[in-house]
Amino acid sequence: MPEGHSHYHPPPVAIHPAPAAEHPETHPWLQHHFDTMEQQAEASTLGMWVFLVTEIMFFGGLFMAYLVYRHASPQGFQEASHHLNIYWGAANTAILIVSSLTMALAVRSAQTSQARGTQVGWLLATMGFGLAFLGIKAIEYTDKFKDHIVPGPYFQWEGLYPKPAEQFYSLYFAMTGLHALHMIIGVGIMAVITFLAWRNTFDEEYYTPVEVAGLYWHFVDIVWIFLFPLLYLIGRHYHAG
Amino acid sequence: MSGHVAPKSMYYAVFAALIFGTALTVAVAFIDLGALNNVLMLGIAITKAALVVLFFMHVRWGTRLTWVVAASGFFWLLILFGLTMSDYLSRGWVPGTWR
Repeated sequence: MPEGHSHYHPPPVAIHPAPAAEHPETHPWLQHHFDTMEQQAEASTLGMWVFLVTEIMFFGGLFMAYLVYRHASPQGFQEASHHLNIYWGAANTAILIVSSLTMALAVRSAQTSQARGTQVGWLLATMGFGLAFLGIKAIEYTDKFKDHIVPGPYFQWEGLYPKPAEQFYSLYFAMTGLHALHMIIGVGIMAVITFLAWRNTFDEEYYTPVEVAGLYWHFVDIVWIFLFPLLYLIGRHYHAG
Repeated sequence: MSGHVAPKSMYYAVFAALIFGTALTVAVAFIDLGALNNVLMLGIAITKAALVVLFFMHVRWGTRLTWVVAASGFFWLLILFGLTMSDYLSRGWVPGTWR
């Protein structure tokens, strides 16, 4: 649409005006269906939150199953929980909290246009702690296989409540397994984000991918914040009677 | 374009609170407090989750829409737990029914 088609007649001096900026300098990462970078960032953040709500319901179903079976046999669950190693569990909780801190600092470093080395450093630290978590999880799973407390035909339980114990360990593997899968996906996402950060993609103008990946990472941390006490801590004060 | 930039000290403070909460919940687990164990355990977990959501996930500075969406997830979770447990907890209340 050409401009100046109104009845307004410009004064003679303005016959050759300086070419107006038809498209004010747009950011290379601004998609054409968004007006501004703010709008784009807001839409991405909101989209991630909607996804996280579906994730809450996804894990929520498992927490619901846990609640029902624990309600059916509270002592059985306490006895079963007693067999988990509280120190590995607590260490993993601390590791995930540290990884959430490095993640938050990675977002902040992008947000404040830090050098790519700083951004990449925080992101690599986050991935490293994520992998450490998975390593400890692998050690724990190995122990469970050795001790024959993996649900199935070879499940063995010495205690008073073998059936609830098997239900507990079914839920343990389902919940921590789904959580570990989220961690693996999270590390994969971080690898992509780290690659982009290395290519100088992020600064104060554009850091939405770091922010949104961070939301995912923190969410997975929150799931573990609930898994840890519900699985590892309920049997600590239980005395086999 | 830049959202709210929180000072680094805030992130370290939240981190310290999260680690403290973890240590506290582990310590409390070794003491037999009966039903109070569960209350404290979940209370600490919810507090830790709230700290992560508000500060690490920047919801504290988020739009009203983000607040509503985030809260709706937990609200629906309560409906899931509430309606399901209203069934399981009330079974056998009427004589001659289940159990």
